[in-house]
Amino acid sequence: MKKMSLVLLGLILIQFELYAQSNALIEKVSAKLNIVNDYVAMGVMKTDVAFIKASLGKVKVYYKKPNLLKVKKEGGISLLPKGGVSVTLNSLLNNKQYIAIESGIQVFKGKQLQAIKLIPTDDKLDWVISTLWIDPTDALVYKTFTTTKENGTYEITMEYGQYASYGLPSKIIFGFNTKDYKLPNGITLEFGDEDPSAKQKALKQKKGTIEITYANYIINKGVSNSMF
Amino acid sequence: MWPIIQIELFKIYKRPRTYIAFGAIAALILVIQMGLKIDGEAYAAFLMKDINDTLTVDGKVLNGYLICYILLQLLLVHVPLLVALIAADMLSGEANLGTLRLLFTTPYSRTQWVLAKFVAASLYTILLLVWLAFLALFVSMWVFGTDDLFLMKSNYVVLIQEQDVFWRYLGAFVFASFSLLTVAALGFLMSSLANNSIGPIVATISAIVFFTILSTLNIPLFNVVKPYLFTTHMNNWKEFFDLQVNESNDAITGSILNMPKIKNSILVLTVHIALFVGASIWIMKKKDILS
Repeated sequence: MKKMSLVLLGLILIQFELYAQSNALIEKVSAKLNIVNDYVAMGVMKTDVAFIKASLGKVKVYYKKPNLLKVKKEGGISLLPKGGVSVTLNSLLNNKQYIAIESGIQVFKGKQLQAIKLIPTDDKLDWVISTLWIDPTDALVYKTFTTTKENGTYEITMEYGQYASYGLPSKIIFGFNTKDYKLPNGITLEFGDEDPSAKQKALKQKKGTIEITYANYIINKGVSNSMF
Repeated sequence: MWPIIQIELFKIYKRPRTYIAFGAIAALILVIQMGLKIDGEAYAAFLMKDINDTLTVDGKVLNGYLICYILLQLLLVHVPLLVALIAADMLSGEANLGTLRLLFTTPYSRTQWVLAKFVAASLYTILLLVWLAFLALFVSMWVFGTDDLFLMKSNYVVLIQEQDVFWRYLGAFVFASFSLLTVAALGFLMSSLANNSIGPIVATISAIVFFTILSTLNIPLFNVVKPYLFTTHMNNWKEFFDLQVNESNDAITGSILNMPKIKNSILVLTVHIALFVGASIWIMKKKDILS
């Protein structure tokens, strides 16, 4: 009986190893992402957080392998989710320190996507678990859901266009949890009426999004480290 | 009427107390600017501690536009007191010195004298505001530079693009001129009721403090009278710095959240100015200058 249990456990571990360490689809996605050493992308950023009134702003996104990423607003103040922008596909996949577990096929925006859970093998990494929804036919990641140690959860949704062959999205939406915002009137000196609609929205909506729509990419032309 | 306006302006600018207001504003603004230049980042970090829990703010938050907003919030509450120093002495000062009788026996009518004095007091008020605008806006822009205006209100944050800010300050200063002229007119009314300088100045300042407290208290009983108090409307210059948002929560560049509120406030303040000055003319026309 003891021997049988050991054999069974061994089989389970072998099975788990087969699924986890060598997920072909993840390798395919990684290979696609590895084509890009660096890029500069121009885009328009939209901030949708309940307690923030901000207009659309032009941004430049700089990326360099393995996981350097910087979003810069052209001449202005930019608001980005704390730690969220750095939790990208590249930062998840480039370090290769994860176990991948397939967790079924799911439909997302009419597409049959393979859901794969990534569990980091290095305790020092910022993230705890991440789920990727990947289209097996073109090896494109359409959605990720990542839980981090310090900064809550992030949901990243991607749409693809002319740069799909590089695995680069034409639109990316970072979804993140927001905390309450409240400053005492004594500090802001706002003793008059506040905008009641903003108040109501702040109470209802606890989730924020940052949406970047990319106009074009300049790929593999070199990006200086000083940009980050 | 221009000659008597010139005479009144000459009288205002000959008084040492006229320059107290200019000096006080300059000293306050320069001290605050110096403080924010040296230790502004700590102040900004304190203001943004809630925001920083969720978002990373990248850019020059503490720029000239924000400094000007902070200065106006602090000063536009107190500048009325400085305006009262001059406006509330315009008629009572003459009565106190015994020169009122002399003025009213000139070929100019009492109404013309009262209006000339009010115009002179108004010009002084506007000049004080221009001085405030120069120091608070232009000097801050020069010392701290410009960028988007990141305004932290009690319940939400407004991010106004740099190119969309300057005209809002122009609007806010024009609005502030109505507020300060209302104070000048109130001081003028108080001045017409007294025969000494100190009484009307103290009465004007007391009235401003009293009504400001009523305007800021959120007690239902006072909410009935609040819309009719000039102090309720004086702070509405801030409305220039709030944006409308569309259905997808994008702020609309160039928009003002509540333009009707600004228009209503200007109307209420204008009515107050007209009432105060009208009442002053009526009182001065009836005033016994023989005793």
